[in-house]
Amino acid sequence: MALYKLTLRELQERFTKGEVTACEIVQAYTLRLNQLEPKVRAYITPTKEAALVQAEALDEKLKGWRRTMPLMGMPVAVKDNICTQGVLTTCASRMLGNFVPPYDASVIARLRGQSYLLLGKTNLDEFAMGSSTENSAFGPSRNPWNLSRVPGGSSGGSAAAVAADLCAAALGSDTGGSIRQPAACCGVVGLKPTYGRVSRFGLVAFASSLDQIGPITKDVADAAMLLGVIAGHDPLDSTSANLPVPDYAKALKKKDFKKLKVGVPREYFAEGLDPEVEQAVQAAIEEIKQLGAEVKEIALPRTDAAIATYYLIATAEASSNLARYDGVKYGLRSKETGNLLDMYMKTRQEGFGPEVKRRIMLGTYALSAGYCDAFYGKAQAVRTLIRQDFEAAFREVDLIVTPVMPTPAFKLGEKSEDPLQMYLSDIYTISVNLAGNPAIAMPCGFSKAGLPIGLQLIGRPFEEETLLRGAHAYEQVTNWRAKRPNIR
Amino acid sequence: MQITKQDVEHVAKLARLEITETETDAFSRQLSAILTYVEQLKTLDTAGVEPTATVLEQTNVFREDKARPSLSVEKALANAPESESGHFRVPRILE
Repeated sequence: MALYKLTLRELQERFTKGEVTACEIVQAYTLRLNQLEPKVRAYITPTKEAALVQAEALDEKLKGWRRTMPLMGMPVAVKDNICTQGVLTTCASRMLGNFVPPYDASVIARLRGQSYLLLGKTNLDEFAMGSSTENSAFGPSRNPWNLSRVPGGSSGGSAAAVAADLCAAALGSDTGGSIRQPAACCGVVGLKPTYGRVSRFGLVAFASSLDQIGPITKDVADAAMLLGVIAGHDPLDSTSANLPVPDYAKALKKKDFKKLKVGVPREYFAEGLDPEVEQAVQAAIEEIKQLGAEVKEIALPRTDAAIATYYLIATAEASSNLARYDGVKYGLRSKETGNLLDMYMKTRQEGFGPEVKRRIMLGTYALSAGYCDAFYGKAQAVRTLIRQDFEAAFREVDLIVTPVMPTPAFKLGEKSEDPLQMYLSDIYTISVNLAGNPAIAMPCGFSKAGLPIGLQLIGRPFEEETLLRGAHAYEQVTNWRAKRPNIR
Repeated sequence: MQITKQDVEHVAKLARLEITETETDAFSRQLSAILTYVEQLKTLDTAGVEPTATVLEQTNVFREDKARPSLSVEKALANAPESESGHFRVPRILE
């Protein structure tokens, strides 16, 4: 089998046994990239040449040594809002079009510590704001299952790269569904860890109380492996949890749902859910029952309020975080400068795209004098109610099962004129970020048009093991991964 | 909820964002629609509910006040649009 088709673990096994060299891995992916990347456009900055140089050095160094680290020699793609020292990190924005970070994000430092191979930086919606990658200043990525469809977003490039076998695994970031939604659109696995499970140091901030880095992979066991490498406390991120990291691979040993209670929130199966998606998710729930779960209906009564709450909190935090782009320290500076204030205003006008501007405007409004209590303050209080919904549900069940998005991947351009419609497609993923819980998206079927449909499992905070165990058990009996996109 | 062009211009100034006439129109329309949608939160009773700023339990995280290696001046300035003698250079502030 071609090397690019292998999962991270299969590839790692061959590499560890010495059956394949790092150079051969990079060469296999280079051929694949040359063939398909012009169609999929998953990457903003491909780094396959640099990866080959690193691979040569690694092969040279490894002569006669045992290869033990999980990510050693593994070709990984990284969302372009995660800082990579010496490698362009643009956030898909004109604002950072020339930004070369002088340091690595902590997740990258960990991967580098294992001698991983960076295949490139992947496309996203500008500053991770969007659900389709259409908001990228460098043009949209395409869905490998159907090139006229979006790959989802904002980590659309990472999900498309994994689905099209243009990398062995990828990193994304998830603020309101930005790992899970593109994973569902592209038929791959995407894991949003618990808030605080993975360090955010070096992740370009969008909404700091919601952002979390996580793996996008070909299967659940790969997600477990990659999470094990990037999870854990980091003194450089005071919001990273000082808790031990379990051996996630161990969690995969029980291949069933025995003694697990699984909740189905009735609010997630209401109006607006595409019948094909509902059918696939219901069939998955049936499988989960067969695997020994006790399935029961639960309530998450504030689901309807989640989108409004999210778009106030996320934009308020974004308006504050993006104040740093002032044309002084890094990034773009407008050529048309008058005094300092003119320079700020013109730089930000030229550097930001429409969606980023819209969110800065909304967030600034929500925080402005006279409106802060009515909008931002209210949203923070409703966020508490949403958390309480999840806390109450998780007193009754161990996992919650839902769709990832209301429809399969939509067409390019279909929603880009109506921001509110675009926001509404995040309904099933957004609450999880507000509550801080971990959640995983994985394929659970295909629409008649041949587009992947995603299943979401949500777990208790810091119980990624239960999440991975359930997802893995379901994957074992279904094997949707056997079907691969025919890219043309 | 109606966001007027004047509102948009005021907020754009607060956000240090120069916007065109077309953008002012579009933002007035789009922000009105979005804010009308989020106004549904008003129907939820949040009397006595503590706001959530972060889902973490922790409050302050302290570390020892010890010098650590950091970026060199050269590296810190490497991405600056303009720099001079080890400083960021900005346009004139006072006329």
